[in-house]
Amino acid sequence: MTFLEALPLALLGALLGLDVVSFPQAMIARPIVSSTVAGALIGHSEAGLLIGVVLELIALDTLPFGASRYPEWGSAGVVGGALFAAQPAGMPGALPASVLAALLTASISGSSMVVLRRIIAGRLERSRGRIEEGSRAALLSLHLSGMTLDLLRGAIVTTLAMLVFSPLVRAIVATWGSEPSYSRSVVVVVAAMVAGAALWKVFHSVRHVIWFFAGGIVVYVTLVFLR
Amino acid sequence: MSAPRTSGPVIPRRVQTAMFLRLLAVQGSWNYETLLGTGIGFVMEPALRCLPGGRQSARYREALARESRYFNAHPYLTGIAVGALTRAELEGVDPARIERFRSALASPLGSVGDRLVWASWLPLCSLVALCVFGAGGSALAVVSTFLVLYNAGHFLLRAWGLQIGLSRGLNVAPALANPVFRQGPQIIGSAAALLAGVALPVALQRVVGPGKGLNGGSILAALVGIVLLAGLRERGEGWRIALGVLAVFVLYSLLT
Repeated sequence: MTFLEALPLALLGALLGLDVVSFPQAMIARPIVSSTVAGALIGHSEAGLLIGVVLELIALDTLPFGASRYPEWGSAGVVGGALFAAQPAGMPGALPASVLAALLTASISGSSMVVLRRIIAGRLERSRGRIEEGSRAALLSLHLSGMTLDLLRGAIVTTLAMLVFSPLVRAIVATWGSEPSYSRSVVVVVAAMVAGAALWKVFHSVRHVIWFFAGGIVVYVTLVFLR
Repeated sequence: MSAPRTSGPVIPRRVQTAMFLRLLAVQGSWNYETLLGTGIGFVMEPALRCLPGGRQSARYREALARESRYFNAHPYLTGIAVGALTRAELEGVDPARIERFRSALASPLGSVGDRLVWASWLPLCSLVALCVFGAGGSALAVVSTFLVLYNAGHFLLRAWGLQIGLSRGLNVAPALANPVFRQGPQIIGSAAALLAGVALPVALQRVVGPGKGLNGGSILAALVGIVLLAGLRERGEGWRIALGVLAVFVLYSLLT
C-alpha cells in the first residue's frame, strides 16, 4: 500500500479517532461502525462488518471509564476493516491476521492518546498564567489545538499502521498453514471468551443476571428449533 | 425528565445552541492536570459573554478563569454542571460558593454517568447491533441500528443535562435522584443479560459462516475461557489476552 492509497483511510482514521474522546463521542469509533465503514471504503462493507463484529465483541472488555487507559478503537477499527476487506475472499489466515493487526493498532493508538494528553498538559502549563487571567484567546487556542492534535494523531496512527500491516498481513495470508475451519474457530472462541467475561464483569451485580442470560439462551434455542 | 424552570437570567436560544454544540467537544483539551476543566470553560464561554460589560469586563475574565480549573465528570453529564455553573455566574453567586459546588458535583456526575452510559447503555446498544447482525442484517442495518439507538440516548442525555442545569442552577442535586439514574442501570443490565443470551450465539454463528457450526470442543473452550477470564477480574485484561493468544496462533500457523 502506498501513502496515496492510505490517505483516504488516514482521513477516516483521523475522524473516527477524534470521536473516541474529543468530538463528539457518538460512538462512530466503535469497531462495529469503524471497521464496516473502512470495509465499505475498500468496496467490501460486509467483510468490514464481519471483522467489526469480532472486534466489537473484544471491545466490550474496554469500556472508556474515566481517566483509565484503554485501547483506541477508532483508528484500529479502520485498520482492521481495511486490511480484512482487502484480502481475497475465503483466505483462512485473513481474519486472524487482520484481527491481530487491529488489536496491535488499538494498543499503540491507546498509548498515543496518553502522549497527546501529556502534550496538552504541557501546553496548559505554558499558558496557565494567561488562562488564570481569563484570556479567551489562550483557552480557545489550548482547546482547539488539542482537538487538532487528536485529529492528527488518528491520521498518523492509521497511516503508519496501514503502511506496516498491509504487506505483513498479505504475507501472512499467503503463507498460512492452519486449517480454514480451525482458523476461524480460534478467532470466534477468543472473541466469545473476551465478550462473555466482559459482560459478566459489567453486569454481575444485576439482580438475577444468570436467569436473564439463561432466558436469552432459551430464546436462542427456541429460534434455532423453529427454523 | 422534565426540567421545571425557576426564574433566572435569560440566556438567548442561539447561546444555548452554541453551548450545546461546544458540549460535544467538552473533552477536546482533556489532560492529566485539569482533566475536563478547560473544556468546561470552553463550553461556558459563549454564555459568559452575557455578563455585564461582555468580553472586556473583569467579571467575564474572572469567571472564565474560575471555570477553566480542574473538573471531572462523565462527559455526557457535564451539561448539568455547565448549565448550573453558567446560571450561578450570571446571577453573581459568591465565587467561593461556586468553587464548593464544583468540587461537590464532580464525583457524583462521574460515577452516575459511568454506571448509566459506559456500563449499561453502550453494551446494551452493542448487543442489539450484534442481534441484528446475527439475524442476517446488512452492514447498513447493523450500523444504523447501533448509531441511532445509542445516540438517541446520548443526545437526549446531553440536552436534558444542559436544560436541567440552566433551569435549576446550583439546586441540581435532586436531578441526580432521577429514577433513570437510580434504576436505569439495573433495568438496562437485565435487558442486556437477556439480549446477551441471544446476541452472542447468533453473532458468533454468522461469523463462523453459513452451514457451519462450532463443535463441542470450541464451545467448551469458550465457556472455560469465559470462567477463567471472569475470575481474573481486574488482574488481567481480556483484550490483551486475546492479543497474546492470536499472536501465538498466527505464529503457529506460519510455522506449520
